Formats: sequence, C-alpha cells, structure tokens
Amino acid sequence: MATEFELNGQAVTVDLEGDTPLLWALRDELDLTGTKYGCGIGMCGACTVLINGRATRSCITPVEDIAGATVTTIEGLDPNGQHPLQKAWVETQTPQCGYCQSGQIMQAAAMLKDFPEPTDEQINQAMGGNLCRCMAYVRIRKAIKMAAAEMNGAGDSQAETTGAAANE
Amino acid sequence: MSKFYRYLNRPEGSSQDVSEDTGGLAVSRRGFLIGAAGAGFTLAFFRSGLSFAQPEDVVREGTFEPTIWYHIHPDGRIVVNIAEAEMGQHVGTALARIVADELEANWSKVELHHVDSDPKWGLMVTGGSWSVWQNFTPLSQAGAAGRQALIEEGARLLGVSPDQCQARNSEVIAGNQSISYGEIVQRGDLSRTYTEEELKQMPVKPATQRRLIGRESKALDIPGKTDGASRYGLDAKVEGMVYGRPLIPPTRYGATINSIDDSDAQSVKGYQQTITLDDPTGTVPGWAVVIADSFHAASQAAARIRVDWSAGDTADVSEQDILDHGVELIETPDKGSIMFPDEGVDDAFDGAGDVFQQDYITHTVLHFQMEPVNALAYEKDGTWEIHTGNQWQSLIIPVLAKALGVKEDKVVMRTYMLGGGFGRRLNGDYAVPAALASKQLGKPVKLVFTREDDTRFDSPRSASYQRLRMAFDGEGNPVGMEHHATAGWPTEVMAPFFMPKGANDQPFDPFSIQGAAHWYSVGPHRVRAISNDLANATFRPGWLRSVGSGWVNFALESFMDEAAHHAGKDPIDFRLALLKAEGRNAGEAPNSVGGASRQANVLRRVREISGWGENMPEGTGLGVATTYGQERNMPTWTACVARVHVDRNTGRVKLEKMTLVTDAGTVVHPDGARAQVEGAALWGASMALHEGTRFENGEPVARNLNTYTPMRIGDVPELEIEFVDSTETAVGLGEPATTVTGPAIANAIFAAVGVRLREIPITPEAVLNALKA
Repeated sequence: MATEFELNGQAVTVDLEGDTPLLWALRDELDLTGTKYGCGIGMCGACTVLINGRATRSCITPVEDIAGATVTTIEGLDPNGQHPLQKAWVETQTPQCGYCQSGQIMQAAAMLKDFPEPTDEQINQAMGGNLCRCMAYVRIRKAIKMAAAEMNGAGDSQAETTGAAANE
Repeated sequence: MSKFYRYLNRPEGSSQDVSEDTGGLAVSRRGFLIGAAGAGFTLAFFRSGLSFAQPEDVVREGTFEPTIWYHIHPDGRIVVNIAEAEMGQHVGTALARIVADELEANWSKVELHHVDSDPKWGLMVTGGSWSVWQNFTPLSQAGAAGRQALIEEGARLLGVSPDQCQARNSEVIAGNQSISYGEIVQRGDLSRTYTEEELKQMPVKPATQRRLIGRESKALDIPGKTDGASRYGLDAKVEGMVYGRPLIPPTRYGATINSIDDSDAQSVKGYQQTITLDDPTGTVPGWAVVIADSFHAASQAAARIRVDWSAGDTADVSEQDILDHGVELIETPDKGSIMFPDEGVDDAFDGAGDVFQQDYITHTVLHFQMEPVNALAYEKDGTWEIHTGNQWQSLIIPVLAKALGVKEDKVVMRTYMLGGGFGRRLNGDYAVPAALASKQLGKPVKLVFTREDDTRFDSPRSASYQRLRMAFDGEGNPVGMEHHATAGWPTEVMAPFFMPKGANDQPFDPFSIQGAAHWYSVGPHRVRAISNDLANATFRPGWLRSVGSGWVNFALESFMDEAAHHAGKDPIDFRLALLKAEGRNAGEAPNSVGGASRQANVLRRVREISGWGENMPEGTGLGVATTYGQERNMPTWTACVARVHVDRNTGRVKLEKMTLVTDAGTVVHPDGARAQVEGAALWGASMALHEGTRFENGEPVARNLNTYTPMRIGDVPELEIEFVDSTETAVGLGEPATTVTGPAIANAIFAAVGVRLREIPITPEAVLNALKA
C-alpha cells in the first residue's frame, strides 16, 4: 500500500506493507541510513526520529500510522548538520562508536523543546530510554547542556568555555 | 613480526625475554622508501629482501610493507592508511597523530583511509588495547623519514642547505623563506630510500618537542557520527541483493534440521524461500536462512516458519551446571595449566600460621554491542566480497574461504565503522552464514540478525568460578598465594594456535587468565588456569572487553580486600606493602619501567584524591581496587576508589562516585584516552551492578533489553579521572578501567554495610540476603 508523508521537508510516498516499521522504510526504501536498528522493541532508542516533532521509536512505528505526518530524521535535523546539538556533540567529542548517537541527538532535540533548560533529573528521564553501549553518557549530558545554553542565547562563548577539547 | 606473535613469545606471567626485539616495540628491521605514485608520493616501509634501487616500481607494484604507509598529495593532503577497526576508540586519529607529529604536518591536512582486508597486510586484528602500543615506534620512524626527505628536497628548492631548514606545520622553513609540503610534492622529487641503518639513525623528536602527541584534538571520525553520514556494516547495500534472516537452532553445536514447514509464510508479501545451510566449517551447524525481498518480510516470514530440529548435547545445560563443573575442575588437582613455575607454594601453605580462602563467581555477560551482527556477501568477478564491521579479518577469512570453497585470496572484507566492538567482532562467525547463503543462491545476500538472534548467537563472556588462597605468617604478612580460575576459553575454541604452554606443559588461554600474574610480592605464587569444557561445548566463549582481566580481577581484588581485613589492615596499606617493585616485580624497559612502584603510585594518588579514610554517612562506603590493566607485558597501571550507598531496606546499591587514576605512559590523544577510561570504567560498573545473564536450556536467558539491562544515563556516577603525566612507553587504554571498577564496587559495599558480595552481577536480592544472613 502507498503511504504518503513528509520526510525532512519533502513529500514522499512509500509503497510497502502497512505494518512495515518506519525504520526499515527509512533505511531500505528511502536510503536514509542514519537512523539505526538496535533492539526492535523500542527500548534502545537508536531508531529515534521526530514525528510531528515528538521523539518516536521508528522500529515499532508501522508506516501506515504515519500517513500525512511530518517525519524528521538525523539527516534532516539541520540542513548542514549544524544543529546546536550536533555542534555540541562534536565539541564535547561525545560519540565513540557513534551507532546510537543519531537516536540520542533526536531524542535530545525533542527534549529541548519541552525543557529548554533541562535539569539533570529531566535529562535522566528524557534520555533514559536511549542506550549508549560505549557509555558515553557523561558527554551526552554535557553536550545537551551546552546545546541548551546556545539555543537559549548564551551563545558560542558559553559553549566554548565548557568544551571538553580545545580546537587546534 | 606481529604484536600477537610477540605477545606469544612472552605470555602473561612469563619472565622469558623476547629474542628478536626490545620487548615488542621495535619493528625497524627494514628500510623505508618514498616513491612517486600518481601525482603525489607514497611513503612506506620496505620489505626486507627487495631491491632498494627503484622505489617507484615498489610503490606501483604495491610490494612495500603494507602495515604502515601514507601518501602526500600535491595539494598538501596527507592520507594515512589505517588497518585497525574503528569502533569508538578513535584509533585512526591516535595513529595518524603519531605520524603527523614526527612529520611536522599541519594536522588540518591529515586524512584517514581505512583499508579493506588484503592478504598483503598480514595479521589484521584490532583488540587487546594494543593499537597505539604496537605502532608507536614504526609510526614515529615513518613520520621522521618523511620529514627528513621533505627538508632535503625543500632545501634544494629554496636553494639553501638542509641544515638551515626546519619543518613546521607542513612547511619547510629557512629564515624568512618557506615552501609548503604540497609545493615540494609538486615541484620536487622526493623519491629515495633509507636503509635499515639509516632509519635507525633517523632523528625521532624528544618528547619535549612534540606538537600533536599529548595535545588535545578533535577525533576525525566524530563529525560523521553526528549527522548520520558514517557507514556501518548494517548500511551496506548492493544492487540485486536479497535479505536474509537466520533461523538459529536450539544449541550452538550439534543441531540438525529434520524438517521445515514454511506453508504459513507463503502469504507474507516478499517472502521468497527458506534455505538450509550446509556448512563445511561447522560454524553454523543446523542453520536455515529465510530469504525475502526486505528485512521486514524475512522477519515476518520467520515468525511463521516452523523448524523441527534435533538439538545437540547441550540442550539442557544451565548456568549452574557450568559453575558446578567449574568447581569440580578446580577440585581436581591435575586439571588445567600452571602458568609459571611455582616452587615453594605447597611449603609456604604447609608452614603457614594462617590460611585464608574464598571463592568468587562471575556470571555470563553479553556483548550487546548496539549494532546487531550482520553481513552482506556476494561474488564479483571471481572474488567474494564480505561487507561487514570486523575486528579480526585474519581469523575469519580462512573460515570464509573454506565455507565458500575458494582460496583465501579470493575473499576480501570491506571495511565499515563498527557499531560497537568490545570483542564481539573479533569473532567474525556471523559472516559465514551470509557467505553460505549467497553462494547457495548465486546472488548477493544481506544477512541481518535481529537483536534476539544476535544475543542467542553471541560469544558471551563466560561465567567463571575462581578460588583464591593466601598463606600468612604469624604477623599477618602474606607468604604464599594460589589462584585457581576456570571459565570458557575463547582462544582455545577460536584461535588455539595462540595458546602458550604453562610450566606443566599444558596449554592455556592467556587472555582468560590475565590479571592473575599480579605485581604484588606475596611469596611463592601458583596460578592455575582451567578451561571449562562444558562452557566451551555449550556456547562459543567470547573475548569481551578486557577478557579474563575482567573476571580474574573481580576475584583477585575482592580477595585482596578480604585478605587485608582478615589481616586487620587497611586495604590500601595492605596492598602498598606488597607492591615492592623487587625481583620479578621490579619492571623492565621499555614496557614496564618502574614495575610495581608505578602501580603503588596510582594507588597512593587515588587515595589522596578520593577522600579515602574520611567518615562516611550511614550506609555509604569507599572501596578500592588496583590492577595492571590488561597484560603483564603491557601494563596500564590503574587504581579506582568507588563510593556507594546501600539501601538496607531494598538492597539497592547506588553507585555515587568513581575516582580513577591511570598511568598509561605517554598519552597520544588525551581526550580520546579520557573517553576510553570513562567508557571502560562504566562498563565495569555496569557488569557489576546492571548486567549479566545466565544460561538455561543451553541458551542465554536474556535476549533483549526487556531482560538485559545495561547501565543507563541515570545510573551514571560522578567520575573523577586522572592520568599520570608520563613519557614512558604508550600502552593500551581501551580496557584497563573495566578491570578495576567491579571489585572496587564490591569492596565499597563491604565498607558501607559489612557484607561481602562474591558474585557479579550484584543484585538487590543478593545484597538483601547477605544483610539478613
């Protein structure tokens, strides 16, 4: 069956069985492989995308359920890959293997809409569903706070003074 | 000579010297060449025995020593080839910075190229935290040779003498003149060779003149991991491929398929067929693969297919069976391998004033790397292409060749980012069913394991059972020690040619006992490593982050803590008194200079900065552990103090803080090093408090995150991490912190509430039971 939705700002149509998880539609039909498969039961968060702005696990979201919806993946978060979260992820050198990080960043992007200045406890709550097997958690938290500061207008100077690694 | 073979020449605990070089660092038995290639120049080591006359021919024919080489383009870009797998350790960045520092390169011009497998590489393996340690000297020499050539040629182009020139930031500078490396490549002729002797004379910079090593920098692999651009094995695609999902039998070995009924799957749109695999290598006995147009269709069909298997012999084996078998083995004195001569141990115990003994258990741990294993396989122009993330190409290529019935040089493994390694991808067994299916179908097959498939087919960290004993004199000083350890042995199962022999001529898996050959001076010391054959028969034991150092040190450092309390001594004072740096614990150049004194140093330092000895609130305690990291021959001196709070009502352990001090010698990429210690420390804590599963009916019980529960962001304690400032030999960092945090936590629980947990994972139930006992 054909399902139409908006993907990263463009109208797309996929012709798939309606119960196909959005994850595999994105990866195998639409060639957007930045969204990752980790557990298939919505518990690792590697497959997180935004659907109508809400963080959603694409591995357990049937494609038929998103007809007419707006979907944003890591590839569409910022046209140049320079969303404050992405910049903060580089500044803090957060990714290790990197496989979970698309999902971490998308989850964090949704969280910052709800909590522009998240507390540690809010970060624990919102990010607790995203497993990082490399355990880069210390830096994920730091990067979220850095991005939040930039988005709240504290600007780059704030971000630079809290960076983990100096630029050369 | 590969690092692995060097290591074998000097296995864990051995005092014998490596004959060929200085303890595993020097690889400079060859010359170095620079030859024109395309529009630039390739810089590489010479293979011994080749003519030095025509570097261009060598470069064109690719007959140079392939392990380390780089290329300078006319636009000044410097591309460093990396044969190590990138799995989060930013290995390419660390290795390239060693070259670039000596080359006096502008770091912004340096790029990485991760190579595919090729027989010419020789051994291709990334593990053991070896990459930097193994490559530091040859990379430095390669950079220094390039710098010398660029200075010579730059001087000629500038019309000055080389000794008027210096190289800096990808330029050769003489007074107020300068010429860029790119321009030298465009206008000059860098072609030349350096003999082995000349290479040895090459002026490698003193540590004080390093400009990149030890300085902060951004890892080159990171930007692509923030925008979805990095390509992992699961992202591999090729025209005309079909998807496969494995149907995994109930036992790892010995299962056979009686019948397959796929009638209910016929209605799944996109389902093609189910094939049974005939595997001449025995890697995947009794497997079938569901083939479909898409992974979703393969998965939907798999749920509707009924396979009737005859299971192998281990269908009823449980975790308890494996542990009970371990106890039996330990209590059978002639089992196992005695790691090194242990004269005097029995006398020491016979004459002891007091003997202290305890047993320790660690349970099965899953790798649970984020990217489930997968592989894309197909034949193209007579060569088999295997697209997958892998850590040890040299181990699996012969198996793939046998499975496919072709010569090894007809199998190539294409390189991808690894969605986590942690040792899982040292064992490339997951590529075999993809290759078999592709051969059988005559078309490309992308085999995708679901998470449940991945955990069932994992090579988990084996459960272990260990018994430690210490003999004391009348004053509470140790005068003898025994350590008996049994677990499933990955090296025995997958790479038995890497097993050295112990003092009793029995082979042992060095990776499954490392940690036991400690640097404490405790008198005569017996270490007996025993393979748990029931574990080996039930599953394929895996190398998992730090391998034996993980479980061995849980027992050893828990025991040292108990022994200290038994002797009525402070756990740090007790250990420091034994870290005497004398005899075989004195250390030696280049890898273990200072010996036990450096372990004592990190232990004293962690005592200073962790609040050791301060009064703690009720139910709160500090615990300590210290190890030599990974290998006695490459010690990374590590100490940790953990602070926990134990809820006496629930048994829940809250890990509040971990303080770690690490002496890894020269640190090449400081922020990357810190990231490795952060991750490794939390891995160790996660295994101690959050993870672990058990075998039931021949398979691991936990299959996914609903039952397997690694540490999440809310569980992360405060981390304080410090490195010792050092210019000693650079050693490994990917694993050492994994080895200390578990025992430090268990020891902290004892300090907090006075109960000993001798089994990991430490569950709230176990804590409650201990409190009630």
